[in-house]
Amino acid sequence: MFTRRDTLAIGVGAAAASALPFAAFAATVDEAIAAFTGGAAVAEGGVTITAPEIAENGNTVPVTIEAPGAAEITLLATGNPAAEVAVFKFGPGAGNAMVATRIRLGRTQDIMAIAKMADGSFTSARVEVKVTIGGCGG
Amino acid sequence: MTDVRPRIRLPRSAAAGDSIVVKTLINHDMESGQRRNSAGEIIPRQIVNRFTCEYAGVMVIDMTLHGAISANPYIEFEAVVPASGDFVFTWYDDNGEVYTSTESFTVA
Repeated sequence: MFTRRDTLAIGVGAAAASALPFAAFAATVDEAIAAFTGGAAVAEGGVTITAPEIAENGNTVPVTIEAPGAAEITLLATGNPAAEVAVFKFGPGAGNAMVATRIRLGRTQDIMAIAKMADGSFTSARVEVKVTIGGCGG
Repeated sequence: MTDVRPRIRLPRSAAAGDSIVVKTLINHDMESGQRRNSAGEIIPRQIVNRFTCEYAGVMVIDMTLHGAISANPYIEFEAVVPASGDFVFTWYDDNGEVYTSTESFTVA
């Protein structure tokens, strides 16, 4: 036997449950950022991302990141099923803090690089890459 | 993975203390764990999840790779060469295999 109050509660619960997956998906980028920064503030600038404006093949998109003075760089693809792409830790034998690699992008999206500087502060940059053919093998 | 062949490109020469560009490539499918086979089942992830480079025993770069790194991962970075020595490159596969490559480098 359902009272009106019960019915309402079930309805609210169902709405909350169905909204969860979307919330979880949207949170992955923020979670990835928080996991790297530990919740510290992230400034902008000081990081240069070089990537093609239009990538014909999302399976292999060349990306170069430079962040002078960085100790660590994390690279995120904000529109991929999993946002994390790579983390680079520079050791004492590293030269200029630069890396180049090739990444997969599922669709048109922003890619983001966050650098952890030697003094523990964080700075970031983001750039949009338009993808003609997605690279997630959907 | 059978027949994994790392390839390394270093400059021909450098002066002591220079920062040199190191280019590495290894053939690997980097199966992302996102793809499905014809039966609709997810193909299990098998990627190189970590790459390191040391020069003369000093860590140059330690990289964590995720599924969004392209097949046949290409990694380029810079290393300081204070004196002649050996580069040791190491790739760690999800299946536990470790691929290493050593390159000697001589400074002028």
